[in-house]
Amino acid sequence: MTQPVFWGLVGMALVVMGLYALIVHAHLLRKVLALNIMSSGVFLVFIGLARRAPGEGTPPAADPVPQAMVLTGIVVAVAATGLALALIVRLRALTGRTTLGDEGGH
Amino acid sequence: MTEPQHRPGSGRQPASDGAAASGTSRAPEALPPLARVLLALALLGLFGGLAAAVLSLAQPAPGLAAAVAERLDESGVSHPVTAVLLNFRGYDTLLELVVLVLALMGTWSVGRARGCAGNAPGPLLRQLPGLLAPLMVLVAGYLLWVGAHAPGGAFQAGSLLGGVGILLCLSGRTLPPWAQRPSLRVLAVLGVAVFTLLGTVAALLPGGAPLDWPPAQAKTLILTIELAAMLSIGVILAALFTGGRP
Repeated sequence: MTQPVFWGLVGMALVVMGLYALIVHAHLLRKVLALNIMSSGVFLVFIGLARRAPGEGTPPAADPVPQAMVLTGIVVAVAATGLALALIVRLRALTGRTTLGDEGGH
Repeated sequence: MTEPQHRPGSGRQPASDGAAASGTSRAPEALPPLARVLLALALLGLFGGLAAAVLSLAQPAPGLAAAVAERLDESGVSHPVTAVLLNFRGYDTLLELVVLVLALMGTWSVGRARGCAGNAPGPLLRQLPGLLAPLMVLVAGYLLWVGAHAPGGAFQAGSLLGGVGILLCLSGRTLPPWAQRPSLRVLAVLGVAVFTLLGTVAALLPGGAPLDWPPAQAKTLILTIELAAMLSIGVILAALFTGGRP
């Protein structure tokens, strides 16, 4: 197993673990954290697979396009997390709850 | 208001405190163990599929590294990632700045900033930012400049500036009056505005296309855009941290 493939697999594992946490946990803060772990996994897949050797004997320089996309993605993920946290704070201020769901009060 | 930490928005919270506490400490709609096991098995299957996809990737990896290296001379910068970000795939970066502005607008429309008013800075946090902040601004300028030929650029520099803002906020400093609302808003949209303006000007040149920099002026244009983008990213990240409109 080459190193890029290893990091790709680690990234996939992070995505799946984040997805599990996203489904299992009801608290919205945990869901936001789970989404962040999922996005970290996706970034790791991109960065890892960007280093795959491009065929003929060129030096294994990383492909800059996935790296640029990850750089963009990190900033977008941070901004989306900030917005999500602001929404959670607002939801708690309005309803006192930090979970989603149909039932009003437990 | 007995709890100054949560000044705005905590008005209705004490009434439902019991319900919220019992609802949030234990997950109310917690999945039964059987469902958890089934979910874990399904996700293991998903992981297997994803892993198979990674392992069966085409071996001479297709990629754009060669294409980028070939045209790097025309991009105005010598670092391939910066060239991709601000020249070859400028649309991505422009739209990313738009996403940042939208996130800020969304956060501002949700509520007022709680700021760091409830934070009681210790002696270290009161003194250290005075020493660290100028250094961080200096490093941000360095990162911006070095991005033309080495890892660095507007995003790294912008997040450092955002860190400066967060540090100053945590240390209990407030914005000076001149930096209040209008200039904050101007700075937040500066990156998008400069990027769009220069991209439009490039389209009006003979034989030009939107966001297609002429190779001779590319470095100046890219640095101008990066400077504006750095300021916008820093201001937006710091403003997002305060959690609402000022």
